[in-house]
Amino acid sequence: MLYSEKVMDHFMHPRNVGVIENADGVGEVGNAKCGDIMRIYLKIDNDIITDVKFETFGCGSAIASSSMSTEMIKGKPLSEALSLTNKAVTEALDGLPAHKIHCSVLAEGAIKAAIKDYYDKNNIEYDHTLFKDVDHEHDHGEEE
Amino acid sequence: MYVYADNAATTAMSETAVNAMLPYLRSDFGNPSSLYTVGQKAKEALCKARENIAKNLGCEAREIYFTSGGSEADNQAIRSAAEFGARKGKKHIISTKFEHHAVLHTLRKLKKEGFEITLLDVHENGIVTAEEVAAAIRPDTCLVTVMYANNEIGTVQPIREIGKVCRENKITFHTDAVQAVGHIPVNVRDDNIDMLSLSAHKFHGPKGVGVLFVRKGVYISNLIEGGAQERGKRAGTENVPGIVSMAAALDEACNNMDKTSAKLSSMRDRLINELLKIPHSVLNGDISHRLPGTVNICFEAIEGESLLLLLDAKGISASSGSACTSGSLDPSHVLLAIGRPHEIAHGSLRLSLSDENTDEQIDYIIQEVPKVVEYLRGMSPVWRDLQEGKRNYVIQ
Repeated sequence: MLYSEKVMDHFMHPRNVGVIENADGVGEVGNAKCGDIMRIYLKIDNDIITDVKFETFGCGSAIASSSMSTEMIKGKPLSEALSLTNKAVTEALDGLPAHKIHCSVLAEGAIKAAIKDYYDKNNIEYDHTLFKDVDHEHDHGEEE
Repeated sequence: MYVYADNAATTAMSETAVNAMLPYLRSDFGNPSSLYTVGQKAKEALCKARENIAKNLGCEAREIYFTSGGSEADNQAIRSAAEFGARKGKKHIISTKFEHHAVLHTLRKLKKEGFEITLLDVHENGIVTAEEVAAAIRPDTCLVTVMYANNEIGTVQPIREIGKVCRENKITFHTDAVQAVGHIPVNVRDDNIDMLSLSAHKFHGPKGVGVLFVRKGVYISNLIEGGAQERGKRAGTENVPGIVSMAAALDEACNNMDKTSAKLSSMRDRLINELLKIPHSVLNGDISHRLPGTVNICFEAIEGESLLLLLDAKGISASSGSACTSGSLDPSHVLLAIGRPHEIAHGSLRLSLSDENTDEQIDYIIQEVPKVVEYLRGMSPVWRDLQEGKRNYVIQ
């Protein structure tokens, strides 16, 4: 099997799929040309992520990474969500094939982009170095 | 319900093909090069298989060379023509953009070795014309290699006309006929073919065995050196069970071709008609010049690998030209060659049928594919943007 049972579970039964109307933060990474786009919607209350939804155009591991990462940040403070790494997402999925690692990178990026959007909308001061990778084009090969 | 709809990838062996190989696994297992009876029995079977295959291709038995499959045959054909051309200072080869990688990667290597390669456009309909081949011919052209039918979209090329152009210009003509042989009529004489590759497992024969046809008088060199098998052109003890089985499978496919083709075409057309009712979907490749069992459709705003995984969960085995299914960065070179943009090429579905498929299975595919497409679009941010007018549809 290409994917672990965890990946297949999150792909077949993705958690938190959908949209949050009037979300406090929205982040999108990837592009259709590469075959994957991830969009994350956040509801934030008192620096706590009270709700999170995602929409993903992409392969099985992209959908599973989106699902797993939203589970990992739901109910958590922003500081914790900001420290979520693609490595942690990959590990939570019991691993991804080498050429699919970029999907977990996208998930990390989409969450950061959504938090940045929230900070920007609300004129909240933040450390820009935290988001230095967010606006960059992702590279499929970088993690292999 | 289980539906195997990936027969362009490989087929299940037919009972005829399985039964044909059995005697050569144990009782008549001998080496055809051995003098004693059990060896000579194997040799006899090999001769019969060669004659049988020759009959079905319209050539002579001595023009058949057994190989390990289509890729080896392609490699040997192209390498041989290139070597022969180079001796006369002819180092230009004509092919198309959507050949199988066995051809394209061999050509890419030859380019590094100093050959010039012209890859012809295949247009939106997935067909190259004989006129375009003629226009690309130069005094130093040593080979034209054009596939008989495309493996991903199923379009059939005007091989006879291209062959005629090559004959008139005295240029060696090779065709990768892996998807065509056993499915549509192929006759190497009528079609003006100098070299042809075929693979047994595409017509219900075993994997790991194929044929290179080389017209008498056309030069070939070895890829594999060793013993004197295949008239010194392909060393290695012959895969007797595989070869005997391949001959039986081909004979069966050719004998039933009219019947199978009529059945498959009608199932194929039903799939095309029904699946194109899904909004923002498009058929890849010419509607009429097409293999009887191959359908390839792009659906906007979804990605092929997720589509395949969900279909697999419903018991449907199919394939896609999505980059994610191949492990490479780019989607199918075939879909890009017919002008599909990257984002659309990622969302392709290929269904390829065989005579083992039933009408009930076609009904099931027609019932399930639209559901899966709708489900994936439901979670696709691209689809949302299209629906909200924030993006423009590529497929109208």
